[in-house]
Amino acid sequence: MSAFLTVKNLSAALHGFDQRVLRSVSFSIDTGEVLGLVGESGAGKSMIGKAILGILPSAISIIEGEILIDGQDLQKMKPADRRRFIGATAALIPQDPLTALNPSRRIEPQITSRLVDILGWSKADARVRAMELLNEVHIDNPERVMGSYPHELSGGMRQRVLIASAFAANPKLVIADEPTTALDVTVQKQILRLIRELQERHSTAMVFVTHDLGVVSKVCQRLSVLYGGKIVENSSVPDFFKGPKHAYSRALLAATPKYTDPDASLLPVDESVIEAVAAEVLAADKEWRHGR
Amino acid sequence: MKLLRAILLRLATMSVTLIGAAVVVFFVIRVVPGNPIAMMLPPGASEEDIARLTAHYGLDKTILEQFWIWLTGVFHGDFGTSISLRQPVMPLVLGRLPATLELAIFALVIAVVIGGAMALTGVRHRETRTETAIDVANGVGLSIPDFLWALILIVLFGVLMPVFHISGRISPSLDLPFVTQFYVFESIVRLRFDLWWDLLKHMFMPALALAIPLAAIISQLLKQSLKETMHLDYVTLSRTKGYSENHVILSEALPNAVLPTLTLIGVQFTFLIGGTVIIERLFSYEGLGNMAIDAVINRDLPLIQGIVIVFALLFTIINLVVDMTYALLNPRLRHA
Amino acid sequence: MLDGRGSIKRRLGARLWLSGTWLGVMALLALFAPMISPHDPLAQDLFAGRLPPFWMNGSDPAYLLGTDSLGRDVLSRLIHGARIAFSVALVAGLATAIVGSMLGLLAGYMRGWVDVLISRLVDIWMAFPPVLFAILLIAVLGTGLTSIIIAIVVIDWTRFCRVVRAEAMNQSAMDYVSSAIVAGRPRRDILWREILPNVLPTIVALLTLEMGIAVIVEAILSFVNLSISTDAPTWGGMIAEGRTSIYQAWWVLAFPLAVLFLTVLSFSQFGEGLKDRFDPVLR
Repeated sequence: MSAFLTVKNLSAALHGFDQRVLRSVSFSIDTGEVLGLVGESGAGKSMIGKAILGILPSAISIIEGEILIDGQDLQKMKPADRRRFIGATAALIPQDPLTALNPSRRIEPQITSRLVDILGWSKADARVRAMELLNEVHIDNPERVMGSYPHELSGGMRQRVLIASAFAANPKLVIADEPTTALDVTVQKQILRLIRELQERHSTAMVFVTHDLGVVSKVCQRLSVLYGGKIVENSSVPDFFKGPKHAYSRALLAATPKYTDPDASLLPVDESVIEAVAAEVLAADKEWRHGR
Repeated sequence: MKLLRAILLRLATMSVTLIGAAVVVFFVIRVVPGNPIAMMLPPGASEEDIARLTAHYGLDKTILEQFWIWLTGVFHGDFGTSISLRQPVMPLVLGRLPATLELAIFALVIAVVIGGAMALTGVRHRETRTETAIDVANGVGLSIPDFLWALILIVLFGVLMPVFHISGRISPSLDLPFVTQFYVFESIVRLRFDLWWDLLKHMFMPALALAIPLAAIISQLLKQSLKETMHLDYVTLSRTKGYSENHVILSEALPNAVLPTLTLIGVQFTFLIGGTVIIERLFSYEGLGNMAIDAVINRDLPLIQGIVIVFALLFTIINLVVDMTYALLNPRLRHA
Repeated sequence: MLDGRGSIKRRLGARLWLSGTWLGVMALLALFAPMISPHDPLAQDLFAGRLPPFWMNGSDPAYLLGTDSLGRDVLSRLIHGARIAFSVALVAGLATAIVGSMLGLLAGYMRGWVDVLISRLVDIWMAFPPVLFAILLIAVLGTGLTSIIIAIVVIDWTRFCRVVRAEAMNQSAMDYVSSAIVAGRPRRDILWREILPNVLPTIVALLTLEMGIAVIVEAILSFVNLSISTDAPTWGGMIAEGRTSIYQAWWVLAFPLAVLFLTVLSFSQFGEGLKDRFDPVLR
């Protein structure tokens, strides 16, 4: 069976500029598998998730490549069909729970709206489902939370609500865009465990965007390391932590605190490594331009 | 408790403003040269007649005495007697107020519809030529005041393409069954849609003139806040749920972007009502503003005072209502 | 992104340039009106009444834009009208700006009872319909240019006061003001040398806006027949005159209306353009 999500040679660029922000990105994920997208800020890791979901900023557009979900090519769909297809099969767990909930609406419709408006559920069914989900994300009094406004909930609670909302329609693909970065360290672990729990229970394919290799080691089976919008290494998680192949990956790993040995000294990513990987990206660019 | 205290505080400042306005007008118009009594008597009236009438209207007393008499009267609901129309001021003013209110509200509706539609279109097609066109239209609409729009409309739709009436409130040939002065409202209640239509055809031009600048302001501000809202995470998130762009704008972005515009509409609505004074004059519309200009020309001091106080009261009430609506609509304030 | 900003900048430039040109031409016409205008704006020729503009049948090449019902040359009246309009705009605009900005600066910087007093005064002023207020004032002051200018200042100072007060309050909260206070500079010095220069761009933008408003107020007052004298060639007076004969001679209304429209539009666009030019974020 072919992979559930396949991204092939995906390139994106700013309007009016020759410079690409995504450089021929390719990867695939099977059902029930979690892929980590790792890189420093600005490496384009969130951009990939946005490209898949069709929410790239208006100034950026896909210039070549394919995104296949369940064998269907998103680029070939009409915009309206594509939107509905994404709404029914995929979901996003956003980065900042403080800004990702509509401040003027209660929690209940924010969880159930997709079920009612896009998938045609009855309001009553959707409500039952929302209660179920809030239980699944370990919220003690779902009744009260559903009637609340976002500003009445804590950051951790809001992220639970957003996770519940993401899993509401049994998505086959979830894109988690640094879902714990904006949270307190104490809450981070719980949320991470929760995402993993739901992903396993629903055997969802998941793209997990993060800058934290420690998180990757806990959640993902495979990972791709990005630099400058280009994947420099694809690897399985165990192999990667045994010894990354690419110099940049090694430097990145050396710069990450280890849970096994938190006192070990951290090395900043070396200038020469950055220069080497940047040169590699530029060389690939040259080749790409030549090929067109 | 907090809310109650805020309201009481507002009422207190409101009354200070109103009394201040009353004082300013009272003393400004007492300086008006020209004896209103002499103007209402036929030429060649005797000195005694003039003196007698002057005493009748209390104009022989000192300004402070006159103010005191007027102020005590106001607290009893008596605003004095119009010199030129020889009737009590309050019924006169209240008789004209509905016509002005109907005109202003109609103008507000037009402004909200046009401005809202332009803002939504501009956001739907943002960063395209359509948005640029809307920006230019907003710029022109904002720069030109209602007085000029009124003249332009008169030339365009009154003379070159005479589609609308440009004079009066209702066709004089029609029989009017109305018992109130709220003609538009009453024509609907009485199911007299022929009269209703005639009223609207008369009101449309002056209302549109009043509405254009406000529509431009609404369009500009609402579009700007919508565009800011469109970048927020919850709007992006709702896009991934499968909603259309129109739905995202209308049900996710709009409710959060509308508050600043709402406050602005409140303030601007008082300016719009202020604009009715000259617009009613231009279109011979028989409202309060038209009466006010006549009152000034006739040096009808009690009537001027009455009209100005009613305008001032109207403005302060609108501001209060706007503040309260704002508090009611904002969930964060409501629960605080 | 960059090309987007480039086009915005170009658009702003065109706006400033176009409106500036129109205002410049009008100002020149106003300045040299007696030399330029082909006829005496007051000269009546009852045999040449309501002549149409040059491109229509029955026109007289001596009267390019036609004549009004008393046979006065529309073009000459427009040119002389510019003189009155620009005098009012300049004097009333500047006077309003000075009075309003002074009070606004005082309120915003001094705070305390000065602020309370001035703000309450603004509230009271805002409770009057401005046009009614203007008509009332002209009734008190009598007609004439000076009365119009005084009326505009008395009514519109609040526009500057409100904006400048808010801006002065913003600036007072900035660090550079705090450090000036710590340095022991006198308050008046801080107000003049630190705060005023930073508020000035706002005042200048408002000033051009106010000049457009002054032109309109003059027109409205002429229209209600309370401005100068019925004979004098004011744009508002011409509009009032033209309105009585729109069906017979539309040009008597249309030309002054078009000129007034473009002038008011240019004043406001020029102000907006200047504001953007001075705005460090856009620059």
